[in-house]
Amino acid sequence: MNELDTPARARRERILRLALPLLALLLGGLVWHLVVKVNDVPPYVLPGPGLVANTLVTDWPILWQSLLVTLTTTFQGLLLALVGGVGLAILFNQSRLVEYSLYPYAVVLQVTPIVAIAPLLLIYLPQHLAVLACAWIVAFFPVLANTTLGLNSVDHNLRDLFRLCGATRAQVLFRLKLPSALPFMLEGLKIAGGLSLIGAVVAEIAAGSAGAGSGLAYRIAESGYRLNIPRMFAALLLLSLAGIVIFFALSLFSHVMLRRWHESAVERES
Amino acid sequence: MTTTAGAPAVVTLRGVEKVFADGTQAIARLDLDVRAGEFVTLLGPSGCGKSTALRLMAALSDATRGTVSWPGGGAAHGEIGFVFQEPTLMPWTTVAGNVALPLKLKGAPTAEITARVEKVLEQVGLAGFAAAYPRQLSGGMKMRVSIARALVTTPRLLLMDEPFAALDEITRFKLNNDLMALASGLGMTVVFVTHSVFESVFLSQRIVVMTPRPGRVFAELAIEAPYPRGDAFRTSPEYAAYCRRASEALSAAMETRP
Repeated sequence: MNELDTPARARRERILRLALPLLALLLGGLVWHLVVKVNDVPPYVLPGPGLVANTLVTDWPILWQSLLVTLTTTFQGLLLALVGGVGLAILFNQSRLVEYSLYPYAVVLQVTPIVAIAPLLLIYLPQHLAVLACAWIVAFFPVLANTTLGLNSVDHNLRDLFRLCGATRAQVLFRLKLPSALPFMLEGLKIAGGLSLIGAVVAEIAAGSAGAGSGLAYRIAESGYRLNIPRMFAALLLLSLAGIVIFFALSLFSHVMLRRWHESAVERES
Repeated sequence: MTTTAGAPAVVTLRGVEKVFADGTQAIARLDLDVRAGEFVTLLGPSGCGKSTALRLMAALSDATRGTVSWPGGGAAHGEIGFVFQEPTLMPWTTVAGNVALPLKLKGAPTAEITARVEKVLEQVGLAGFAAAYPRQLSGGMKMRVSIARALVTTPRLLLMDEPFAALDEITRFKLNNDLMALASGLGMTVVFVTHSVFESVFLSQRIVVMTPRPGRVFAELAIEAPYPRGDAFRTSPEYAAYCRRASEALSAAMETRP
């Protein structure tokens, strides 16, 4: 009886998990719409959801261009974070000396608020590079920290086995440590995706106030000065969507990489 | 019984002591010769230093005092197979990938690797599972993969550290039977660590009973039943008598004070 129920219940659960957030969104939008309508709030104070959607369509060319700029920076930052984070983790893993010398500064870079670093970077670097540097600074640490943890979480018996087989340092790294660290690395990358977007946005805002830039965050700042509140909302919405897409894309990537062997990605029949 | 008394020693321990960094003395004055073609069991209570002795023989650990030597060469050349308590497989690669590892690390040619992996998988009864991932296998099958990986290089010395301790009794008997068939067929030198009297009597030609920590040799017992042994041996009065003797030796060993 119960076994027969289970698939149906699972499907109902899935539908609910998809439908309920959508319903909540719809209700929230409705309340928003009514508040604006009933109180007759002017659009430069709070635009209704309809107007925001409308702006999204009418301003699409300019918003799309800006989105591309921000996304490019985000992905470049993420890629550099992956290379830099994994590279540093490997370096730290191979040499205690380097790890002890540099790890504290990786932490310092992480705990210093990026908003405070951005203006300084804008002075020394061309604007595009400064934005990229900000995205990289916030995104590389989770990759570094997670990969370091992964490289140090190798099964002791497997390590002994490699030793017994006379494996070289490089063989231990590429055949044992890096595969062991892969799930950790991908988890770090998932966190880094969102952070890279945040870094890019923060730097764009900082750059925007300095009078240059064309990313989505710059559009928000610019629209703010012009009291173009509907466009601010539209750009904000687009940024959120970009964040969500990045997160799901990285989750999917991680799942595809691990689906054949890692517990986190394996589907079990109960 | 095939006598191995005159055969050359594969590994020799002389006055070996092992003290860990925290001051624990795991092994005290251990003398042991393992001869070519011999199946020796180290039998003793948990924590008596059996596993430590095995790690010393594999050169995974250094003796604090005394010497461990491999008269025919061995440890330095990676000619030792090791089976751990857990299957210790790499989850990210297939059964074939796991078994091929020791050969790949040595840089053996691909054709040779393929042929040897196929052969050894057949020997342990896993033909047809080459492409499976470890998580798809049962505990007993994982252990077979682990044994195949240890055998793939045809090592001079096979060291097994309570490999079947975590398995259920039926699987354990089955694996004991198969290991027996393999060992007698290949004429390998095996050192097998266990705390099971029944397992040690069934498998080995010689049982070395060890005292509780710090471990040393308390008694030796020769099991002179011919190879290969099967279920008939396991149910024979002879087997029961050996088990009683081994149990008595183990009980006496447990009562010794360092």
